[in-house]
Amino acid sequence: MLWVDKYRPKTLDHVMVHNDIAQNLKKLVTEHDCPHLLFYGPSGAGKKTLIMALLRQMFGPGAEKVKVENRAWKVDAGSRSIDLELTTLSSANHIEMTPSDAGFQDRYIVQEIIKEMAKNRPIDTKGKKGFKVLVLNDVDKLSREAQHSLRRTMEKYSAYCRLILCCNSSSRVTEAIRSRCLNVRINAPSQEQIVEVLQFIGKKEGLQLPPNFAARIAEKSNRNLRRAILSFETCRVQQYPFTDKQTISPMDWEEYISEIASDIMKEQSPKRLFQVRGKLYELLINCIPPEIILKRLLYELLRKLDAELKHEICHWAAYYEHRMRLGQKAIFHIEAFVAKFMSVYKSFLIATFG
Amino acid sequence: MAPIIQSTQPWVEKYRPKQVKDVAHQEEVVRVLTNTLETGSCPHMLFYGPPGTGKTTTALAIAHQLFGPELYKSRVLELNASDDRGINVVRTKIKDFAAVAVGTNQKKNGYPCPPYKIIVLDEADSMTEDAQNALRRTMETYSKVTRFFFICNYISRIIEPLASRCAKFRFKPLTEEIMSSRILYICKEEGIYLDAEGLSTLSTISQGDLRRAITYLQSAARLFGSSISSKDLISVSGIVPAEVVESLLKACKSGNFDLANKEVNNFIAEGYPVSQMLTQLFEAIVEENDISDEQKARISKKLGEADKCLVDGADEYLQLLGVVSITIQALCNMPEGFAYEG
Repeated sequence: MLWVDKYRPKTLDHVMVHNDIAQNLKKLVTEHDCPHLLFYGPSGAGKKTLIMALLRQMFGPGAEKVKVENRAWKVDAGSRSIDLELTTLSSANHIEMTPSDAGFQDRYIVQEIIKEMAKNRPIDTKGKKGFKVLVLNDVDKLSREAQHSLRRTMEKYSAYCRLILCCNSSSRVTEAIRSRCLNVRINAPSQEQIVEVLQFIGKKEGLQLPPNFAARIAEKSNRNLRRAILSFETCRVQQYPFTDKQTISPMDWEEYISEIASDIMKEQSPKRLFQVRGKLYELLINCIPPEIILKRLLYELLRKLDAELKHEICHWAAYYEHRMRLGQKAIFHIEAFVAKFMSVYKSFLIATFG
Repeated sequence: MAPIIQSTQPWVEKYRPKQVKDVAHQEEVVRVLTNTLETGSCPHMLFYGPPGTGKTTTALAIAHQLFGPELYKSRVLELNASDDRGINVVRTKIKDFAAVAVGTNQKKNGYPCPPYKIIVLDEADSMTEDAQNALRRTMETYSKVTRFFFICNYISRIIEPLASRCAKFRFKPLTEEIMSSRILYICKEEGIYLDAEGLSTLSTISQGDLRRAITYLQSAARLFGSSISSKDLISVSGIVPAEVVESLLKACKSGNFDLANKEVNNFIAEGYPVSQMLTQLFEAIVEENDISDEQKARISKKLGEADKCLVDGADEYLQLLGVVSITIQALCNMPEGFAYEG
């Protein structure tokens, strides 16, 4: 078992990083006054951990007995019927899914399936009327129509059904939904907090963890706790006992992008652009999300550039990322960014050195 | 559909005015509708205005007061955006309901019960244009037995032929006094202590939207118990604290790109919504005294573009970085446009 899963806090009491939030959530649940919740924050901050711990607090250990199902639905939409398939993760009391996986048909998922689920009211052994919890991931990726349909569903079935929504950026969730939920912001843990967690894991595993080394892992992780723990485990496999100077290997794709960045800086020509395209394809094939590639590329380029060019480059990065979102094929836009950079950089070089 | 426990009911529903005369701050509408209650005659209505000003409340209250609980089900059809509202629904469901004839004027249990039905179309601005067009004829044909109530935020999204068939009422944003009195009433009912500072914070952050104010109040009460300070309200509302905006602006003023970039990175890691940041940055910049009008214009232009991009789903980090970069350029009076554009 990976350390990330092994040391994931199971209950709200064991949560280390967002203890204040966890205690507030616990109070909500124990008072039986749980509203709809919207968790938002950067990845690796602990949204999912908190949600799982919260479910456990609500329903006891039963919430951890989940089964994965690939369910198919037939939705009747006027003259035609639509077949939908979606993977769900469910226990007796909760169902978790990612409705945005259904792509442009996510509206039907929200309108029909959630409605149908919300209508089935569970009754526990004591004959008490309970409520179900629906966990929806990535609500920020839902289409506007789907979000609109969600708002009414939330009000209509609020007596039997609680929604827990989870997303990265709450800008993309409509105001109507945000105003119907209790918004919980999960900030990324600070470096000190990450060090604390690493020390805790080290102690449990019986490892000697030098403080400087822990601090370096935390710094490299970019305030992402999951990443910090993963790279900690990788380092453990590579070399133990730890030394202060031990190298922390970066992710392959990051190294690859850094390579691309230095390629572009060295030569600006159509030939080089063609070579870079091959490398970009390689990254995309390995399922690195295009916006991550673009952001990382910008990060690498900004490190190498003169101050006067930085403004221009970050403008173009934002410009092409926006275009990428509107368009279909990511590769066009990343490549356009690379080409733009080459042209800007070349004219800068000519202007400076003649 | 009774809730499990009374307390789980949102306060917004609990304190929704049940009668037209209780609706705050919308005198014209209330006057017309009170008249309706007396005479029983009623035109088609179109309610428009910002969210949280009482449009849905008014429509539901008048329907309840006209028909009473018994007849309500058979006389009122309520449709909103979550019910599928394509052209098919207009052709079948709405038309069928509109076509049914009703009995003549007979008072029942003290309710006027006028001889027509009411169809309430909530969030009508999200109806497609085709569906709206299909409604035109239906409205006229069945005008003897059916009244339509359209409710929307933006009147410009209702097609002209529909709008011209209705009596239009604009709902004004609520003033601070009315909002405060309503909030204080709820606080008293729920046994919540809210100090004067908290009250003024609440009316600032909710910007005339009473529903939002009540929701914030309830969220804060759930999380922090019965004594609420203005800090608690800020934390549940998702507003970016003033210090954070201040420090980003300071980083921009320093003119150092790397420093500002670090500040943006931190901001994203803290998980604040960028769209909210843009709004607050805009306010901060407009109010700032030592920025010239030209600089303000330049920054505001970029803020607008970034906001549009965010709505399209662009990356938050890159957009905020773009805004910060332009702000630095404007504040340091760098020339506009790009020097090395190929």
